[in-house]
Amino acid sequence: MSTAPASPAPAPASGRLRAELSRWSPSLRIGLGLLASIVLAGLFAPWLTPYDPLRQDYGAALLSPGPAHWFGTDSIGRDIFTRALYAIRTDLVIGFWTTYVPMLVGVLLGAWAGLKRGWFDAVLMRVIDTALAFPFLVLIIVILAILGPGTHNIYIAVFLVGWTMYARLARSEMLVEASKDYVLAARTLGYPTWRILLRHALPNIINSSIVFSMSDFVLNILLVSGLSFLGLGVPAPTPEWGAMVAEGKDFMQQAWWISTLPGLMIVITGVALALVGDGLTYRLGDRHVTGH
Amino acid sequence: MSPGIEGAPLLEVRDLEVSFRVRDGEVRASRGVSLAVHAGETVGLVGESGSGKSVLCRAVLRLLPEPAAQVKGGRVLFDGTDLLALPEARMREIRGTDIAMVFQNPMTSLSPVWPVGDQITEGLRVHRGLSRAAAREQGIALMRATGIPEPGRRFDDHPWQWSGGMLQRAVIAMAMACSPRLLLADEPTTALDVTIQEQILALLAQLQADSGMAMVLVSHDIGVVAETCDRIAVMYAGMVVESGPATEVLGNPRHPYTLGLLGSSPRVDDAGHRLDPIPGQPPDLAQVSAGCPFAARCGFASEECHRTQVRLADVAPGHASACLFPERIR
Repeated sequence: MSTAPASPAPAPASGRLRAELSRWSPSLRIGLGLLASIVLAGLFAPWLTPYDPLRQDYGAALLSPGPAHWFGTDSIGRDIFTRALYAIRTDLVIGFWTTYVPMLVGVLLGAWAGLKRGWFDAVLMRVIDTALAFPFLVLIIVILAILGPGTHNIYIAVFLVGWTMYARLARSEMLVEASKDYVLAARTLGYPTWRILLRHALPNIINSSIVFSMSDFVLNILLVSGLSFLGLGVPAPTPEWGAMVAEGKDFMQQAWWISTLPGLMIVITGVALALVGDGLTYRLGDRHVTGH
Repeated sequence: MSPGIEGAPLLEVRDLEVSFRVRDGEVRASRGVSLAVHAGETVGLVGESGSGKSVLCRAVLRLLPEPAAQVKGGRVLFDGTDLLALPEARMREIRGTDIAMVFQNPMTSLSPVWPVGDQITEGLRVHRGLSRAAAREQGIALMRATGIPEPGRRFDDHPWQWSGGMLQRAVIAMAMACSPRLLLADEPTTALDVTIQEQILALLAQLQADSGMAMVLVSHDIGVVAETCDRIAVMYAGMVVESGPATEVLGNPRHPYTLGLLGSSPRVDDAGHRLDPIPGQPPDLAQVSAGCPFAARCGFASEECHRTQVRLADVAPGHASACLFPERIR
């Protein structure tokens, strides 16, 4: 009856890991490698640099890159390299929360709307349409202007706007998925709707959101950097890439290095996340192509 | 329509009216359908695509695609309770425990991400509150009962590792998990190879005999129905046009559409038999005429057929036809 003498006995863990790794595209490997290095650099910042990111040293202000200060110092004598390393913690943490809290809420709401339809769907979609009618950045700046700057308010502002993207994405995927036989089969067997949503449909619709979250992560880091540049983001003296770029802009003529390294860090992180997103598209899309 | 078996039927559909809203009006997918299914009996539902067979099944489970589809009238009595009047929570308990359904395409009836065994036993965990270990034990028994070889080892396989026939066995096991009293099998063999079809039909017949459940077997293949069913209801354009004991309906059809279906089915026992297709196309359900829906394609039709509304009426005890002139059919 079955096509083949079933599958071979489950491979040992190491073999399965190797098989999984072999399916990773070069972009996924490079991206994850870069991202891992950045995360580790952020985690081990105190061991990678002898300086304190906040300590001011007017005797060592505006030093150009050299053996003591690899990327120079800023106008109040703080080591740029140290601050850029510590900023990894700030930026990745903010990027994480501004991406994945909206994703969690948006995917659940959108998936529920796509599965249940009816009034909930109608109300949700009108709310999303309203939110999306405003330009993204303008809306966030308005919300921040009302709430005031600061990390927590950034979370709130980005959340209020960010979940709509995921809700739309998840809803449209769910509309397709809800008409598939296995969802109908689960309904004919009387399983609760939340169970059908979480256990049956969600694993099959989450991939596009995960892939989207990678580019969203980059955009959110850029957004937070931009907000800090405008003075609406992370308050001084917390090291943050966008804020560091902003601090350096007045010294561009004498001390080009103040803005350069933080800017470079933003670029590298962005590239790493983009590569991971690209690789995940292939890796997760893979199953749809080869399976069933 | 009078029941072929004494006593109150387990499922009784009375004058069911279902309409789909479409852009330019309304499609009447079910037009006064009545059907009775008694405990332990198999009723075959035959008709071509779009005749309203699946709509009937989904209306019984109240899983029509709302808000596009709406039940406009009629009753669905299950063991005396009107399912159409039940609150949704109560209805959900009935689904899977009292009434279960098997679909046409086993390849898509299981979620691709979970092991087959988990999906077979999910009903036991949801409806019966069984622990994972207890459910596994019962699941393996179910897999054995549905003829899945080496159930212990295959429990943790994923759907893509199985063939269509095996998956249909799994889907049947999933439907049988909570021992339903009524199984709706919606074209359960259509997507399968002919050799596998036989096995699946035999399996369904055997499970039914063992459990005493009732079964509605939907098919567009009159041969499939002929083999397995006690009674047959023939559907056309959202109506039941003929119903009665299988031997009666197939051996002595009293509706021209049934006759046409029989004439257009290939027969193994008669190599020289010429297929005799039904001329014309099924009517557009958005604009059905006042008269008999089959009149335009019927070789026996006369003037009255196009004007007079038809109803199912007994032509013999237990055998009903919606033809105005059943005596013309020979």
